[in-house]
Amino acid sequence: MDNRGFQQGSLNSFRSSSSDEDLMDIPGTAMDFSMRDDVPPLDGEIEGKDKSYNGGGIGSSNRMMDFLEEPIPGVGTYDDFNTIDWVREKSRDRDRHREITNKSKESTWALIHSVSDAFSGWLLMLLIGLLSGSLAGLIDISAHWMTDLKEGICTEGFWFNHEHCCWNSEHVTFEDRDKCPEWNSWSQLIISTDEGAFAYIVNYFMYVLWALLFAFLAVSLVKVFAPYACGSGIPEIKTILSGFIIRGYLGKWTLIIKTITLVLAVSSGLSLGKEGPLVHVACCCGNILCHCFNKYRKNEAKRREVTTHGLNSLSFGESLSGTTLGMRIWGLYVSYYFPLKTLWRSFFAALVAAFTLRSINPFGNSRLVLFYVEFHTPWHLFELVPFILLGIFGGLWGALFIRTNIAWCRKRKTTQLGKYPVIEVLVVTAITAILAFPNEYTRMSTSELISELFNDCGLLDSSKLCDYENRFNTSKGGELPDRPAGVGVYSAMWQLALTLILKIVITIFTFGMKIPSGLFIPSMAVGAIAGRLLGVGMEQLAYYHHDWAIFNSWCSQGADCITPGLYAMVGAAACLGGVTRMTVSLVVIMFELTGGLEYIVPLMAAAMTSKWVADALGREGIYDAHIRLNGYPFLEAKEEFAHKTLAMDVMKPRRNDPLLTVLTQDSMTVEDVETVISETTYSGFPVVVSRESQRLVGFVLRRDLIISIENARKKQDGVVSTSIIYFTEHSPPMPPYTPPTLKLRNILDLSPFTVTDLTPMEIVVDIFRKLGLRQCLVTHNGRLLGIITKKDVLKHIAQMANQDPDSILFN
Amino acid sequence: MATVWGGFLRLGSLLSLSCLALSVLLLVQLSDAAKNFEDVRCKCICPPYKDNSGHIYNKNISQKDCDCLHVVDPMPVRGPDVEAYCLRCECKYEERSSVTIKVTIIIYLSILGLLLLYMVYLTLVEPILKRRLFGHSQLIQSDDDVGDHQPFANAHDVLARSRSRANVLNKVEYAQQRWKLQVQEQRKSVFDRHVVLS
Repeated sequence: MDNRGFQQGSLNSFRSSSSDEDLMDIPGTAMDFSMRDDVPPLDGEIEGKDKSYNGGGIGSSNRMMDFLEEPIPGVGTYDDFNTIDWVREKSRDRDRHREITNKSKESTWALIHSVSDAFSGWLLMLLIGLLSGSLAGLIDISAHWMTDLKEGICTEGFWFNHEHCCWNSEHVTFEDRDKCPEWNSWSQLIISTDEGAFAYIVNYFMYVLWALLFAFLAVSLVKVFAPYACGSGIPEIKTILSGFIIRGYLGKWTLIIKTITLVLAVSSGLSLGKEGPLVHVACCCGNILCHCFNKYRKNEAKRREVTTHGLNSLSFGESLSGTTLGMRIWGLYVSYYFPLKTLWRSFFAALVAAFTLRSINPFGNSRLVLFYVEFHTPWHLFELVPFILLGIFGGLWGALFIRTNIAWCRKRKTTQLGKYPVIEVLVVTAITAILAFPNEYTRMSTSELISELFNDCGLLDSSKLCDYENRFNTSKGGELPDRPAGVGVYSAMWQLALTLILKIVITIFTFGMKIPSGLFIPSMAVGAIAGRLLGVGMEQLAYYHHDWAIFNSWCSQGADCITPGLYAMVGAAACLGGVTRMTVSLVVIMFELTGGLEYIVPLMAAAMTSKWVADALGREGIYDAHIRLNGYPFLEAKEEFAHKTLAMDVMKPRRNDPLLTVLTQDSMTVEDVETVISETTYSGFPVVVSRESQRLVGFVLRRDLIISIENARKKQDGVVSTSIIYFTEHSPPMPPYTPPTLKLRNILDLSPFTVTDLTPMEIVVDIFRKLGLRQCLVTHNGRLLGIITKKDVLKHIAQMANQDPDSILFN
Repeated sequence: MATVWGGFLRLGSLLSLSCLALSVLLLVQLSDAAKNFEDVRCKCICPPYKDNSGHIYNKNISQKDCDCLHVVDPMPVRGPDVEAYCLRCECKYEERSSVTIKVTIIIYLSILGLLLLYMVYLTLVEPILKRRLFGHSQLIQSDDDVGDHQPFANAHDVLARSRSRANVLNKVEYAQQRWKLQVQEQRKSVFDRHVVLS
């Protein structure tokens, strides 16, 4: 199975690939190729912390032992595609902190060091906020410009998009507010005219050509430079934050390529959004900036905390929604892993990012939020019925989308389709562009579409959607009476219906392609279109039948009762909730995005309804479904495990398997250990007193063993294959003329977690979740019986839920 | 000694990063301050009224003066009609920073251009150069690279060769080959085996 391939692969990658995170190469340290990977630069502090691991000072009674007290580079790091040991990392950090605090009493320099250590967290948050805010601004401005590049170019300065080109123009008329002579469409540039069939064909052709060019550039850049930059990134980030390691996923090349190709992907007119990839970008910022600080660089748990702050800092450029969204995506509101103080730090990072984004000011001062909502008309109680209908629609669409998308992605994974990623991207782009150009609502970028749909029609709006017949003489203030729809509205409805169908179908094939793609904006678009259609329908119903009981009691005669823009907002929230299954953070996002605090109740009603409907049809949200599709070892924090199995039903070895592979504390030779390592693929071994007694001493990791033995063979003289390895304090008594012994006590974990074989699995799953364990030993009457790993737990849960347990690929 | 050096290096990079971030922010603020006169406007949209057709008026004016009376010039109606006309007009104050837009687009395009050039170099130019330097006979293709026209297909043997001398250029080459191997691994997991990010 792939797992074995991965174990071998990880051994190879151990030897031949290297960490993308080595931002600072200290020249001359390790020219030895096999040790080069994943090695943090030498620092005297790291392994000294392991002393507390062994509970105190190490008395050295042998000259050999002194040598081994020096830090060996690589011990304490993890293999690629493995889970970290939260307990170890947390205890390491606490030791480091304790040491700094103790030392701070000694000298002023140490005191300054301890103060700066405490400060470093906040400084890091500041830097993360700045960097992610600037990148978000860059992406926004470039995406706006490049999207318009498909249609034309500005003669006043090529860097202006359509809106900004006509900003200062004096030739903008009331009827035709979009046209100005400074902005030339491609047909105007090529054949000097904008009218006629030929001009239309030229525009069409140029649009498709630009779209294909952007998509091709995006997928080639991803393929050549950073294959990890494709997709949304949120499932992988969720898994990484829960303790999994994917080297290079949050590295600098991934960051650069993701930023650049995201703009290209969005501009090519494909049905995707940029919020998911922006989250990935922000996490990369967090991870990269960690390297400047010693405290975070060495410790995987601390790094994940900081990465979470990066995640929280960037969501639509707003602080509160960013924090809640981040918490929700990673799904651990309060857990053992992250103390509550991270919430406060995240909010600070989000604040800084929002401030930076605002000072870059990509939208101009007229719009402070992404989809600016200007209306504050109240909603009526009877409107809850259509809102709940929208919620049901959102739930249905969410479940349908998840099912079809996962089926398509599985097809991509297993059949020939997956072998041609570039051609796939080009074909989908071509189809999207060819179908999108004729309809003006698919031609415009999806965010523009959403803001137009959210917008309530004032008297002076010129869009087709606002083409109501104004049969009145005076208008008081801003209030409008209800009006019948004009011709423009009807044709807009038809076009919107077609847009809805196109978007529903094409997003299924777009999400998951090998370019950065997000899901928020397309789902919001689907919901907004459905909502607006329903809203306009309701509005016209209220106008033509204002004598019905419902409308009569709530709507005053002649006044405008229904705001279709609100229906669009509610629809967007419902669809987004149906796909991602978020509730609280969704409402917060919607009200931060639109600035409309009055509409929280309809939004909540729709979000809850869509979540219930979608949960009835399918168990998990889109990101969890992708996690399961890829087989990541993500232990869901919320689900209850309600079966009555015991630990001995899950542990390995099973009844007919060979006995558990253990190491003895002082009777195995180097050769024996190496044989064990090469014959098995386990990532760790328990150490027992002796094979007869099977009394537990501790647990040792495979990687640490390999590194230590290799190191000892090279650096220590006298260590040969027949040297005895011992894990005790003092060397066992040896007869004379035997080769010197090798002490490996400092890589032994002396406090492995154990449960008895009759412990219910409920408790075991809880322990794994709460403590973030990787493996747990099982004892019977005090003797070691077996081992349960996180992968076994996940497989067991999958089995109990009647899912395929073999789909769990990683440990 | 190495640890002191490491510490200094990290401190230096931290300081430079903070300086960079602060300078970016300052630049943005400065560019806001040295605002183009034309980057500020008050836009009034006036609908058709009696005989006048609808019109849009723009004027570079400060925010407190942004209303119908200051912006609509020349006033198309006389006397008492002015108030009725102005009541229908909607005036909005808008500002933007064209310098930021220009700088951002130029930065983006230059990074994109550099990446494209590098990509062209890696995929097309480098194999040709290597083939000419090392000759056809030395094109080693490992098992899983048969027919592999991916870039970095020769990373393994180039890496082996480059370990002999230790100077700056060689270190760069070494780092580059290491990176190429890493990307190749990533590409295998994502595109070939479909174990991640499918």
